[in-house]
Amino acid sequence: MGTPLYSIPGPGAPTPESPAGAGQAAASGAAAARVPGAGEAHTVGEVLAQSQAAQVLDELDRELVGLAPIKARIRDIAALLVIDKLRANLGIQAQAPSLHMSFTGNPGTGKTTVALRMAQILHRLGYVRRGHLVAVTRDDLVGQYIGHTAPKTREVLKRAMGGVLFIDEAYYLYRPENERDYGQEAIEILLQVMENQRDDLVVILAGYKDRMETFFRSNPGLSSRIAHHLDFPDYAPADLLSIADKLLTQQNYRFAPGARATFAEYLAHRIRQPHFANARSVRNALDRARLRQASRLFAEVERRFTAEDLTTIESADIRASRVFQAAAASPQP
Amino acid sequence: MMTNPVRKITQGQFSFLPELTDAEIALQIQYGLDRGYAWSIEYTDDPHPRNTFWEMFGMPMFDLKDAAGVLAEVNSCRQTFPQHYIRLVAFDATRGIESIGMSFIVNRPAKEPGFGLIRQELHGRTMRYTVHSYASGRPEGERGGN
Ligand SMILES: Nc1ncnc2c1ncn2[C@@H]1O[C@H](COP(=O)(O)OP(=O)(O)O)[C@@H](O)[C@H]1O
Ligand SMILES: [Mg+2]
Repeated sequence: MGTPLYSIPGPGAPTPESPAGAGQAAASGAAAARVPGAGEAHTVGEVLAQSQAAQVLDELDRELVGLAPIKARIRDIAALLVIDKLRANLGIQAQAPSLHMSFTGNPGTGKTTVALRMAQILHRLGYVRRGHLVAVTRDDLVGQYIGHTAPKTREVLKRAMGGVLFIDEAYYLYRPENERDYGQEAIEILLQVMENQRDDLVVILAGYKDRMETFFRSNPGLSSRIAHHLDFPDYAPADLLSIADKLLTQQNYRFAPGARATFAEYLAHRIRQPHFANARSVRNALDRARLRQASRLFAEVERRFTAEDLTTIESADIRASRVFQAAAASPQP
Repeated sequence: MMTNPVRKITQGQFSFLPELTDAEIALQIQYGLDRGYAWSIEYTDDPHPRNTFWEMFGMPMFDLKDAAGVLAEVNSCRQTFPQHYIRLVAFDATRGIESIGMSFIVNRPAKEPGFGLIRQELHGRTMRYTVHSYASGRPEGERGGN
């Protein structure tokens, strides 16, 4: 039908390559709508300033306790992407970098939290168009009967387009003991999209380190498409205590004198007990301490509380935890 | 229709314009997504203007953020039904609207035979008119293209 009589708005949009109906390269057009900024930048500083990625990196440094190796890796990745931008601006050709990642580590080590930040950083630097995170597990991807899995997986992929798809405990997708398991089908669709639609979404696979390694060994296709492996260490007790401070401040609570020391004691016991989940256990312990604080105050029907009363977690609120009783019952060897 | 200068079915938005490219379709999809519409894809081989109920290609797509997902689905529909009419329909779920917010054709058969006007003479000099789609004169599955 001849040439269009109008043009596409937007930064450096190329002339439409293919007429409707010929569209084989899915969404090559959508990819053209890249995030503005970082367009004419020629220094690292300019890219960071225009994209405001530095802001997210600084927030990451400030708001997340510990995680030094992770933070360093994310800076490295950001550096790679910024330099890539600069190269592109000078017309140096290169393949779009593969950005799929694996986050391994024990529960509560900050994998989901960091993935959210990662989505923001990738968005600011223009490597994903929207910057949202879609977090799923096996159940969201794999169906119950023949023909159920493909539409389910596609549905999730469609929702994740333009952002980051975070697959928690990804190894459950692969069940070698059942050769007819539908997980394999989900993996295959995933692989295809990871390879062919790199512009459209970034996939992060997360889970325990050892299980993830087994999973990758039996799925080399998947493993070879993961560009960055980030291993999240367990938090040191001091880090956990700082995380507690942060979580309390965020919710306008604080430790009474002595309560912080009690919480440190609590952590020392808790770490040795089963199902310890790092920062998540800290969060849960604080939630329960708040509950006890509330009960304690609730009992004082006639008293007029000050703001200080209402925001203070006392040593006793922590001391009442079952963790202390369990520790007393089974003294360490 | 018979007197239509562009010689193709004109239904929905943009139908008097040259065919949209995929890049332009993506922009329209994104516009809809940004307004919170849910896109769905429909196809038919009977383009009669009163045929309002086309077949659905998959479920309506909720909670999408980016056009790429919808466009991939359009392409999959084009592959399955290259000689059908395919349209994109955006549902606006806003309270009080709950209706179609956008709708436009994204695929058509290679040949569009158009419509004929049938006149039926009745008592006196009364005349009844009806529009007949040449495509639907042929059996299903043989309507598009050749
Ligand atoms: N480094 C950190 N600093 C502050 N809070 C943290 C940190 N790491 C984790 N958290 C908090 O701990 C909780 C669990 O973290 P999450 O990212 O869900 O862990 P994972 O996904 O590895 O199981 C979250 O509520 C998060 O806010
Ligand atoms: Mg998690």
